[in-house]
Amino acid sequence: MGEHLIKMPDVGEGIAEAEVVEWHVKVGDLVREDMVLAAVMTDKATVEIPSPVDGEVAWLGAQIGEVVAIGSPLIRLTVEGEGIAPASGKAEVRTANKQAQPDAVTDAIAAETARGVVADHPAKSVARRGPDDARRSAGQQLYGVPVRRAEGEKPIASPAVRLRAREAGIDLRQVSGTGPAGRITHEDLDVYITHGWRTAKAHGLAQKTSVEQIKVAGLRRKIAEKMAISKSRIPHITYVEEVDVTALEDLRAALNSSKRADRPKLTLLPFVMQALVKAIAEYPHLNAIYDDDAGLIHQHSGVHIGIATQTKAGLVVPVVQHAEGRDLWGCAIELNRLAEAAKAGTATREELGGSTITITSLGAIGGIVTTPVINYPEVAILGVNKIMVRPVWDGATFIPRKMMNLSSSFDHRVIDGWDAAIFVQRIKTLLESPAMIFVET
Amino acid sequence: MKDISCKLLVIGAGPGGYVCAIRAGQLGIDTVIVDARKPGGTCLNVGCIPSKALIHAAEEYDRIVHLASGRSSLGIRTATPEISLSETIEWKDGIVGRLNGGVAALLKRAKVKMVGGWARFCDGKTVEVETETGRQVIRAENIVIATGSAPVELSNLPFGGRVISSTEALSLTAVPESLAVIGGGYIGLELGTAFAKLGAKVTIVEAQDRILPLYDAELTRRVGKRLRTLGVEVLTGAKAKGLARAGDALLVEAADGREIPLAVDRVLVTVGRKPVTQGWGIEELALDMDGPFIRVGERCETSMRGIYAIGDVTGEPMLAHRAMAQGEMVAEIIAGHKRGWDKRAIPAVCFTDPEIVAVGLAPDEAHRGGGEVRVGLFPFSASGRAMTKQSEDGFVRVVARADNHLVLGIQAVGQGVSELAAAFGLALEMGARLEDIAGTIHAHPTQGEAFQEAALKGLGRELHF
Repeated sequence: MGEHLIKMPDVGEGIAEAEVVEWHVKVGDLVREDMVLAAVMTDKATVEIPSPVDGEVAWLGAQIGEVVAIGSPLIRLTVEGEGIAPASGKAEVRTANKQAQPDAVTDAIAAETARGVVADHPAKSVARRGPDDARRSAGQQLYGVPVRRAEGEKPIASPAVRLRAREAGIDLRQVSGTGPAGRITHEDLDVYITHGWRTAKAHGLAQKTSVEQIKVAGLRRKIAEKMAISKSRIPHITYVEEVDVTALEDLRAALNSSKRADRPKLTLLPFVMQALVKAIAEYPHLNAIYDDDAGLIHQHSGVHIGIATQTKAGLVVPVVQHAEGRDLWGCAIELNRLAEAAKAGTATREELGGSTITITSLGAIGGIVTTPVINYPEVAILGVNKIMVRPVWDGATFIPRKMMNLSSSFDHRVIDGWDAAIFVQRIKTLLESPAMIFVET
Repeated sequence: MKDISCKLLVIGAGPGGYVCAIRAGQLGIDTVIVDARKPGGTCLNVGCIPSKALIHAAEEYDRIVHLASGRSSLGIRTATPEISLSETIEWKDGIVGRLNGGVAALLKRAKVKMVGGWARFCDGKTVEVETETGRQVIRAENIVIATGSAPVELSNLPFGGRVISSTEALSLTAVPESLAVIGGGYIGLELGTAFAKLGAKVTIVEAQDRILPLYDAELTRRVGKRLRTLGVEVLTGAKAKGLARAGDALLVEAADGREIPLAVDRVLVTVGRKPVTQGWGIEELALDMDGPFIRVGERCETSMRGIYAIGDVTGEPMLAHRAMAQGEMVAEIIAGHKRGWDKRAIPAVCFTDPEIVAVGLAPDEAHRGGGEVRVGLFPFSASGRAMTKQSEDGFVRVVARADNHLVLGIQAVGQGVSELAAAFGLALEMGARLEDIAGTIHAHPTQGEAFQEAALKGLGRELHF
């Protein structure tokens, strides 16, 4: 019997470490050559590590979520015969973007950004097992074990306990008893008063006490880190304006009804991208990367628009490179291609980076306002809200118009509120008179 | 007369009413209580207390008669006793008087105002009372109806003349030669037994097929046996038809349909008690009823805001201790405390010979509940203390759940077992298991040991049986 050591492979591009995001095997498993053993992640690409030999897993070198340096021992296999010298860092790897799974969302514009959601939920999960959970697994005859009462059965408690419960406003039917025959003791009441929900075992609408432990790893951890750095470094200013998109929607419908068969159906997003390109031409400082450590703003001439896209694994931002070099249809085609790639998990590292400004949309879900989190280190993010028919006062009467809000955030360190407002107003003007988007001025 | 305004008005100074008023007074509630009679209600004036006095006197008398007969094995010889019932009644009235005074003093100490007279509702917040000195109007934020109950009268045997209720029976100044008791419930049996011991020829007429039909036969069998040795004739399945035309005999339709004339001096009608819902202006109110009773919720609230009802007027069991607990609770509710009726057990006691105590579920009731049941029974014939008291008849019986041994009910029959009601009630209220009772040291030698032994029996590990 020999041993075969697999090290953390060099996944290229000068990356020094990778995070273990998935183990496909555990110690003792028999593996065959080419079987996937683990998945590791660098930046945004996930790499699967296949087994180079047949053998048995003897040792796993990291926990899920642990970051391992390239070249460090990762897996030990017990193999037949001599075994092979430690595999070199150049192990065969198969690259795939595992974060994204094919899902129902078809339109990039309908893609949901998870930014706000991520920021609201602390990434840490708490592992706690109520003491009663542990005790309940013991035998029923032991005292100190809460006894579940049958449906409709009266709780048993001494008059003093009943009085205390009543004065505390506690329904004893909700309290489990640890005393003989499930009698509710003063101590049970103490526990209930302190941790109410943890011991409650009501009939009907039962309270639940289990806590699931979820490791924040992989894409979720990347998102968490990215959001945290954006929110901790960037003082956001969010500006919301409503846009009358009636004319734009008419135009979109007309184009869709007369389009060539080989062209994709236009969503609203390519129009927004075109308007964005046009507005950036006038206000180029919004299309920038702010290297705050160096104190430098890199103002880009090319407009690389990140499109926040919800996948099964979480939020990813594929990038439409050089939007300024694409026309409406070009944008639409690239948008569809990227959205599909992101969802299928086949988007490349290049396709998932390099943006200079980002668009986020919760489109179909609705919501009147969002407070988007800037895709650090960019300086602006444009949020698109759902189109709603609303009554608009035209000076004489209310008329139904298709209205849409734009909720946009800016890095207030380098973008003043005034500039932010001017920029959004320009986009509004362009979207409300869509011909202006396409007319050279 | 100047109108009275108060926070709480209690109508009826029986056990429910006076306890409510005392507790309310203690809690600083401005309280008025109204009753035409001396405080204490039926229980103290014409019920529990005087009947127990009469029963005690009868027992004493009977004991000496037994000694005088020369049939006692104790070696005591004495002459045949005599009883002057009028003196007995005087003594009994003395006790009642002392207790009347005691209740009045407690009310006074709690700063409760007592108004003598019959109350009558004008509306849901106002009551007028005809007092000896005139009409008194009382306005109250909260009113507690505690009007109690009264003996049920039979249409074919109206009270009057030789037909008496328990009230008159407790004030007879001479022992009747013969007495027919209509109704073999606990009141009829208690008084019938007492008069039998005092020398009357007693006949019990019970419409159902056995006496004390609300208790299980195992318990009542001992009472029936004792009645026979006392020479009491028990006619079950029999109906009182009325007095013979001459008025000197009671006509009874026996179980076989024959009509038997019973020549009796007195006919005591104890066919039950009915709530007093008339005569105090219930028609001025809009109270929901529950059959003949006033409907109340778990806080003794009636269907009208600010009007509570407690005691016999609210339903079965019509027992003083239930009324007292309700009265205490309502006073605290009015004082703003969080309270609700959550009692597990209301003990019921028959001061028959032997006595019967029942708390919680009887075995058949527990079986009907669906779950598996364990019953532990310990007879006094195996109790040393019972032998030394010449009271070997009877037993203690404990009913418990088979799965977790939670005690569901406790019953006993035997001399003096009424005092065990305290232990039984406590066990049920505390949610005792058989192990709790079995694991408690019971003093030796007492009849109470039978309680522990019955619990041990329920666990299948009895020591003395």
